[in-house]
Amino acid sequence: MRYLLRRLGFFVLTLWAALTINFLIPRLMPGSPATAIMARFHGHISATTLKAIEVSLGIDTGQSVIGQYVTYLGNTLTLNFGVSVESFQPVSQIVAAAIPWTLILVGVTTLIAFVIGTGIGTIAAWKRGGKADGILPPLFVIGTGLPYFWVGMMLIIIFAEVNPWLPVALGVDPGINVGFTAQFIGNAIEHAILPAAAILITSVGTWVLTMRNTMVTTLAEDYIRMARAKGLPSRRIMFDYAARNSILPNLTGFAMSLGFVVSGAVLVEDVFNYPGVGFQLIQAVQNEDFPLMQCLFLLITVAVLVAVLLADIATALLDPRTRSAR
Amino acid sequence: MATPVTSAGIGDPTVTEIPTALPAGEHPDRPRRSRGALLRAIRSNRKAMVGAIMLGVFLILAIIPQWLFPGDPGAEVYARSAGPSGSHLLGTTAYGQDILAEVVWGTRPVLVIAVVAGLFATVLSVLIGVSAAYLGGIADDILNLFTDVFLVIPTLPLVIVIAAYANQHSLTVLIIVLVVTGWSYGARQLRSQALSLRNRDFLQAAKVRGERRSYIIVFELLPTMTSLIVANFLSAALYSVLTAAGLEFLGLGNTSSVDWGTMLYWAQNNEALQTGQYLWATVPGLCIAALGTAFALLNNAFDEISNPALRPVRRIRVTRTRS
Repeated sequence: MRYLLRRLGFFVLTLWAALTINFLIPRLMPGSPATAIMARFHGHISATTLKAIEVSLGIDTGQSVIGQYVTYLGNTLTLNFGVSVESFQPVSQIVAAAIPWTLILVGVTTLIAFVIGTGIGTIAAWKRGGKADGILPPLFVIGTGLPYFWVGMMLIIIFAEVNPWLPVALGVDPGINVGFTAQFIGNAIEHAILPAAAILITSVGTWVLTMRNTMVTTLAEDYIRMARAKGLPSRRIMFDYAARNSILPNLTGFAMSLGFVVSGAVLVEDVFNYPGVGFQLIQAVQNEDFPLMQCLFLLITVAVLVAVLLADIATALLDPRTRSAR
Repeated sequence: MATPVTSAGIGDPTVTEIPTALPAGEHPDRPRRSRGALLRAIRSNRKAMVGAIMLGVFLILAIIPQWLFPGDPGAEVYARSAGPSGSHLLGTTAYGQDILAEVVWGTRPVLVIAVVAGLFATVLSVLIGVSAAYLGGIADDILNLFTDVFLVIPTLPLVIVIAAYANQHSLTVLIIVLVVTGWSYGARQLRSQALSLRNRDFLQAAKVRGERRSYIIVFELLPTMTSLIVANFLSAALYSVLTAAGLEFLGLGNTSSVDWGTMLYWAQNNEALQTGQYLWATVPGLCIAALGTAFALLNNAFDEISNPALRPVRRIRVTRTRS
């Protein structure tokens, strides 16, 4: 219980830090976003709109910095993010439309990468020194050195331009209604294959390498030798003894590197014009749409923090040691 | 055995370290440092060897582009969108620049970013990670929390937001952003190794001798951690290369510089993928991937050097019979 409370405290603290960073960045940088927005509209902007923008950015000029900060925190906690400077839609609407795309694409892909990566890592460690261990880990080391967006570009060349097999832009073909129809789901999956493959290729290596390295250490433990001495079938030793005890560090590592995966997914979405959160973030940056940009940054951060918290809870459930620690 | 990092470097004659300004250690329980030992370690590890050779090739390209391709590589002087030919081995861009010349010239800024950002991030990791471990108590708690916060905040969105607000996209801004977002992982690793070394005999001995704390950290503790620090530098450099490429690809770098990420930005902007100019989009990324791989291979090899348990099989058998 104590462990969970501490992790919950960490979650709240990190959330506060992210909110504060988000508040501070525009103020620490030279030039004001409000001036940038004014310049963008060449001064043709109504007083109410400018006011709305200022509120959403928390730069209400009449207030002290601390007053601005309090207003900003209040607005954020009540999910009042203001309006987009680009389309004048409420930011929350644009973001809500983008969330399901990213959640499904990145969520499912990350789970697949975790399962495949842990599996391959287990086998590589178990067959240590064998052929699989000689070829696979170096291959995955190379995988971790590839830029996500470039892998996406190469997939586009191979599977969409040279061989026009798969679609590469948008989440579904235009004209197909979003809904639980076979046509929509099939089409959406077709559109998701290449972005998912790009994320998978570049992220699976991390899981393979952490799992292999943790399991190699576990395999040297006394209880593994004991299990061998008892004559247990090696399959049982591999899964129930070694892999089971190695998976926890991998789970913690999973939580920690989620930020990197999400970062990569942002670029992948941009390459494929996939209508998710990352694509919207980059659009917002290119349009100097600061309210939308800040909301998306917060959203991505909070999503990662929640995932880390979930991994912490899973660790607490799976590992009795964390429950009794300190 | 449970903490692999603990066993690193102690009493294992094959564990080698970068020669430092110090004379060889006079304590029996501390590994001796000898000149050229690092080179020997790299030579004995195939992955490290491949990585080092790749990095060497890029280093040479970064030093001598003016001999290979004299003149301004960004000048738009050739035929536009030409395919590969004798005079332009990789063809030209939609602006009439030689792709090969741009790629070769692009090596220098990329390596500068990797080395400078990697170096500063490593210094920050060492400062925060090692002092957290050595000071202990409340200082450790605060520094550790600080590290964890930076570790979980997704870096690329943060980098994008910072770069979007910085209205000048210079090299300095890029490097500062990379350092600020790239130090936390290393700090955490260094802290855990420093924690495990804290109560070693040679550090206790130094304390008993009445050495100052700063002396113990700099001259006793840090040299034993060299291989992990080098590994951290390599992974910080890898992070910098990939993140800088991503930022430049989004147009958040200096778009007038000749750089691999910037080349990809212009290729994407000119729909190189849709118009069949595949080389323009492929080659710069291939270079990023190759440099990234070089760093990743070297990093992986240094992990094996600092953690003997990860080394190829023969060693584990020895460990088993011994333990």
